[in-house]
Amino acid sequence: MEAIRDGVRRVGLVWTPWHTTGVIAALALAAGLLPFVKMGLMVNGVILGSIIALGAIGLTLIYGILRFANVAHGDYMTMGAYLALFVVGGVLGRVGIEGSGLGPFTFGYPVLIALPLAAAGVVAGAIALDAAVYRRLRERGVNAVVLAMASLGVAIALRGLVQIVWGGGTEQYPRESRQVYHLPMDVRIHPDALFAAATAVVLVVGVYLMLTRTRMGKAMRATADNPDLALVSGIDTQRVIWWTWAIGAALAAVAGVLLAVFQAQLLPIMGWRFLIPLFAAVILGGVGNPYGALVGAMVIGVSSEVSTQWLNPSYKPAVAFAIMIAVLLVRPRGIFGGR
Amino acid sequence: MALLEVSGVVAGYGETEVLHGVSIAVEDGEVVTVIGPNGCGKSTLMKAVVGLARVRAGSVRFRGEDVSHRHPAQSARMGLCYVPQSANVFPSLSIRENLEMGAFIRGDDYGGRIEEMFELFPDLGLRPGQKAGGLSGGQRQMLAIARALMLDPALLMLDEPSAGLSPAVMDMVFQRIRGINRAGVALLMVEQNAREALRMSDRGYVLVSGENRLEDSGQALLDSPEVGRMYLGG
Repeated sequence: MEAIRDGVRRVGLVWTPWHTTGVIAALALAAGLLPFVKMGLMVNGVILGSIIALGAIGLTLIYGILRFANVAHGDYMTMGAYLALFVVGGVLGRVGIEGSGLGPFTFGYPVLIALPLAAAGVVAGAIALDAAVYRRLRERGVNAVVLAMASLGVAIALRGLVQIVWGGGTEQYPRESRQVYHLPMDVRIHPDALFAAATAVVLVVGVYLMLTRTRMGKAMRATADNPDLALVSGIDTQRVIWWTWAIGAALAAVAGVLLAVFQAQLLPIMGWRFLIPLFAAVILGGVGNPYGALVGAMVIGVSSEVSTQWLNPSYKPAVAFAIMIAVLLVRPRGIFGGR
Repeated sequence: MALLEVSGVVAGYGETEVLHGVSIAVEDGEVVTVIGPNGCGKSTLMKAVVGLARVRAGSVRFRGEDVSHRHPAQSARMGLCYVPQSANVFPSLSIRENLEMGAFIRGDDYGGRIEEMFELFPDLGLRPGQKAGGLSGGQRQMLAIARALMLDPALLMLDEPSAGLSPAVMDMVFQRIRGINRAGVALLMVEQNAREALRMSDRGYVLVSGENRLEDSGQALLDSPEVGRMYLGG
């Protein structure tokens, strides 16, 4: 308990007796349920949680600095997944770079090449959209609801774009089927899922280091804390905003590719559907709080996967929502406090 | 040439106009205090000078250069640093990170400057990793001032530096402010606690309803029966 509390304090989150009680209650609940829960579902939940975390951290950073809910975030994920598909099929495939079934994974190394390129493409798109849409609205001093509605428009436009280019059906990265790993306690885990989780961990650590060690990362936190004070300190907040979009969009694009790998398919609506767990994770952790979003994502990922042991899987989003509402009734500003 | 010259500034927010043509000046190394009743536009004057409130008419000149329509981020570059009244630190950043943000635009190594700030405000140096949000009112005010001093400004602007502080802490803050001025930094202050502020000021201005009412030396304003009755509480 001490170790958890110190760790939580070190990253700058509030820790109250409420949290001690909460952790004990959660551990007790988990221990009580453990004999009845399939470990495989827990593991799946952690993997899903790490993908949710990539989207949720970007979403919460954008909220903290731009002060609006980016409803298009799910569609930035979709764009990432489809841009990677375009790079794999439309670019690398044409010049003879092909492959699938790299080592234990279903996908080939073209997906690994496409991953950073897709992220770069979504970053460029997000910054262009900021310049074309959000910056103009900001300069007119519109409120957060107008910005969120504008992002809803962007979301619909992006999804439409995907449907125009690729149609409304499902797509796949070139794949070969692979054996799942059999672990003790009847846990079966697919190598692709391990890839998704490992990539997410690397990126989350990268974002943590960026926010706490670099000049721009600190300026982002400063701008989220107090934009006017950041301005009079000489911080160029427009550059901070571009960096925020860049990080949020890159994480979203990678999350989109990982989700497509994890689910073994791409759908134009995949990101839009993912919006509910994303927002649930963000709100649960405290809006604007990236570490809270990480914890929220794990809670949502694990609980919605575990719920499928008793509930029809189509209720997963409802489970995410129910947990979010239950926590908000007790802690209106999320587990770790937010804006 | 005055260090800061505000002439006939009209400014406000949205539809409302708060300043209807205010003029003040600060010379190099001088301490100037602006006093006046609540809502007279003191804070808006500060914001207009740093560029957080738009100057609709008139001009703000710093070292002779017109800065009326500069972006707020430019003010700091010119050596004009501002400490707002409330929300004047970054609460989720540590003490050291707050000072780093104060030095954001410095390209050189500012580690030495941070150590100087810890010498000037020893309380801050005790636990540099502590989050600013957990500091007491006095410590927070000192951190806010230290952040603004990181750029070695020619003019330090303080909006109500004593607001919300206990008398003992307030005395200490004023003492530090005097020290900063003795080191050559010109000060422009807005203060509720007008008596204390005027005592250390070379000159003072009385602002009423967004217009200049009086201007005199600090001592003369303190001695004036009218100022005493109306703005210093008798």
